[in-house]
Amino acid sequence: MNLAQLGLVEQSIFVFAALALLLSFLLLFQGRLTAMVHVFAWQGFLLALLTATVASVEHSHHLFLSAALTLMLKGLMIPWMLHRLIRKLHLERHQERLQHQALVMMAGAGLVIFSYWVVLPIARLELANTRNIVALSLAIVQLGMLLMVARRQVVAQVIGFMSMENGLFLAAVAATYGMPLVVELGIAFDVLVAAILFGVFFFHIRDSIESLDVDQLTQLSEEER
Amino acid sequence: MADLLNLKEWVAVLGQLLMFALAAPMLVAWVKRVKCVLQNRKGPSLLQPYRDLSKLLKKEVRVAHTASPLFRATPYLVFSAVLVAASTVPLLQVHLPTTALADVIVLVGFLALARFFLALAGMDVGTAFGGMGASREMLISALAEPAMLMAIFTLTMSAHSTNLSSVIQHVLDTGLLLRPSLLFALLALLLVAIAETGRIPVDNPATHLELTMVHEAMILEYSGRHLALMEWAAQIKLLLYGVLISNVFFPWGIAETATAPALAIGALAILAKLVTLGMVLAVSETLVAKMRLFRVPAFLNLAFLLGLLGMLSYVILETSL
Repeated sequence: MNLAQLGLVEQSIFVFAALALLLSFLLLFQGRLTAMVHVFAWQGFLLALLTATVASVEHSHHLFLSAALTLMLKGLMIPWMLHRLIRKLHLERHQERLQHQALVMMAGAGLVIFSYWVVLPIARLELANTRNIVALSLAIVQLGMLLMVARRQVVAQVIGFMSMENGLFLAAVAATYGMPLVVELGIAFDVLVAAILFGVFFFHIRDSIESLDVDQLTQLSEEER
Repeated sequence: MADLLNLKEWVAVLGQLLMFALAAPMLVAWVKRVKCVLQNRKGPSLLQPYRDLSKLLKKEVRVAHTASPLFRATPYLVFSAVLVAASTVPLLQVHLPTTALADVIVLVGFLALARFFLALAGMDVGTAFGGMGASREMLISALAEPAMLMAIFTLTMSAHSTNLSSVIQHVLDTGLLLRPSLLFALLALLLVAIAETGRIPVDNPATHLELTMVHEAMILEYSGRHLALMEWAAQIKLLLYGVLISNVFFPWGIAETATAPALAIGALAILAKLVTLGMVLAVSETLVAKMRLFRVPAFLNLAFLLGLLGMLSYVILETSL
């Protein structure tokens, strides 16, 4: 089977998935928090678009519902909440310089290759046309994890966590055309609740160590800063 | 080898070279004109670069006392290297004998040769500006070249050839196909082209401000016909990148046979593509501000990342389907 044998609409699914991977890399290098939230919102928007495209190609109407849910939650609601949090914490102008930028980029590319290698046996199963996207979604999950390792800012780490969930959702859509609706609803609201809880935690962390830099957590409060 | 010695095809190559050399100033003028319109100014005429070049060609050449013969030879070397590079990029028709002799990696090599001599000449006279410009140019090109090669490898992997004619023919044969790998390669090549031709976020061709200039700093000591050749070479380089990008990624309209109607359609098609590309360049230059020199590595890192992602998405998404 060849890419040329698919219609233009099917081909656009692959383009959306590849662009979602690119946005994961952009998240990794974006220093400004507000810009990070915007990139995250775009990723949610792309996922919703991809899900809607898969739904219309495969005529599975329950996927339209999860596309709408993704658009509402990950494209609009969670970015809006993160935006409000950043404004309340007065972090609009916060800019973090990523250390070892080239090294992190190499690690990210390595993770993409690794996830391709891991997914190869799955791709050999004749599941669906979109099975190759599973490798990309695994890469998005791992890039989210890499972001949480490489960044020291709590809000940035939370965005990394959320983008990991984006990767899992993409895997579900690509491999089996979505999960049962009950599971999907459960996960979606879990993420929403997590976003609210994280917001509460930000204020707690800031109150106790007067900073949102995670490296400060290793210091005892009696010590000189 | 038989078709390599065909006289008619070599006439076509010569005609293409002439077209590259004559059309290059027009593209620069067109970009300047659109920029002026966008900024509510009255732009210079489209013929202004030709007038500048002919004025410079008539003027006397002044050379610094400290200059070595290399300094005098460099304008001719740079101009001919860029022109030879231009001869390997199909302009009106897909098949050229030069693309069989020099593939796309040789094209990158010719451009690197021109840049090498340009940087040497910048340092030759021993002024501070020349050395500074040369070191900046080398910083930019050392980062731009891997990104460009990565984008080119993506292209050649999907076409199974490094020959530009076969690459274009392959894209023509497969028709309209939304390939993620080609999308990434296109974006990477656009960023590289901006950096290599010294356009705005990386370098500003319209300024002689000592803190920011890169290309202008290297040719600061040149005058008369030497300066004319240097500027002309830079203009041809911009046209070369424009033709490369538009003919490889959007080859529709290019002549597949060397008949007169096909060539006329090819000429119209490339004209329309370059006019569009020039407008895109002018709009992006108006929207974006010049970045600090130390931000340029991040810009080119992005280009490299795009090239790499193009290659990976070719392997992951398009081969085992």
